[in-house]
Amino acid sequence: MPDYLNLFLVFLMGGFLSLIAQILIDLTRLTPARILVAYVCSGVFLYATGAYDTLYKIFGAGVATPLIGFGAAIGRGVREAIEKNGAIGILSGGLSATATGITAALIFALFFSLFTKGGAKRM
Amino acid sequence: MDIYSLEGKKEIIKRYSPKTRILRNSVFAFIFGGLICLSAELLRYLYLWLNIEEKDALSLVGVTLIFIASLLTALGLFDRIARYSGAGTLVPITGFSNSVTSQALDARSEGLVMGLGAKIFTVSGPVILWGIASGVLYGIIYYIYLYIIR
Repeated sequence: MPDYLNLFLVFLMGGFLSLIAQILIDLTRLTPARILVAYVCSGVFLYATGAYDTLYKIFGAGVATPLIGFGAAIGRGVREAIEKNGAIGILSGGLSATATGITAALIFALFFSLFTKGGAKRM
Repeated sequence: MDIYSLEGKKEIIKRYSPKTRILRNSVFAFIFGGLICLSAELLRYLYLWLNIEEKDALSLVGVTLIFIASLLTALGLFDRIARYSGAGTLVPITGFSNSVTSQALDARSEGLVMGLGAKIFTVSGPVILWGIASGVLYGIIYYIYLYIIR
């Protein structure tokens, strides 16, 4: 039995984060790529300050699915790697934690680009 | 101002169109962004129901969304949706996947190494670089805090 309040909060937060990005795109000269970079960096920052864990408990996938979750995964990876392996974790943590997502995105893109003909810009 | 003259109409269009466009874009972005996050949560329920461990379920949710976004991009459907959804499909992990696949599809004809191989990172590269750089900065601060200050 799904928790409907939980689902509503997920929808609300996911929508809110997208809304902020849309307003930034419409009102400023920020390009989509800059927005993505800003979201990832703020994800790392939110994780570092501990705010992300609180937000995640309340909003779940609402904060984890936007790129803030990607940044937070980098932060968590670095933190856990340092606690486990010491200084080398500073270098190994970030990419290990996000390897699944990055590899999936690259491999699916490679697969589809090899089996379709290039056309007009799709983004 | 005569609202029936051409000048009057232009004046009205100029005054009202950007505002309503921003409002419309915002509403669509909110709804699409919310729905994608909602489907991510529902996918997590599904994977947990299939007796997959919490940590693996979260990874699988990400992979599933990345796959769907990549497939829709390859079919040319993603940009049709994105025309309405705007940041609603950009901000969730689907936007990251779309940026990778769309660049790969475009660069395919320019060769496999410096075309596809290099340009696949056009948008995802900055995201990965600045994400990792922030992570390293946080790591250095956290390391100093953990082993030197404490």
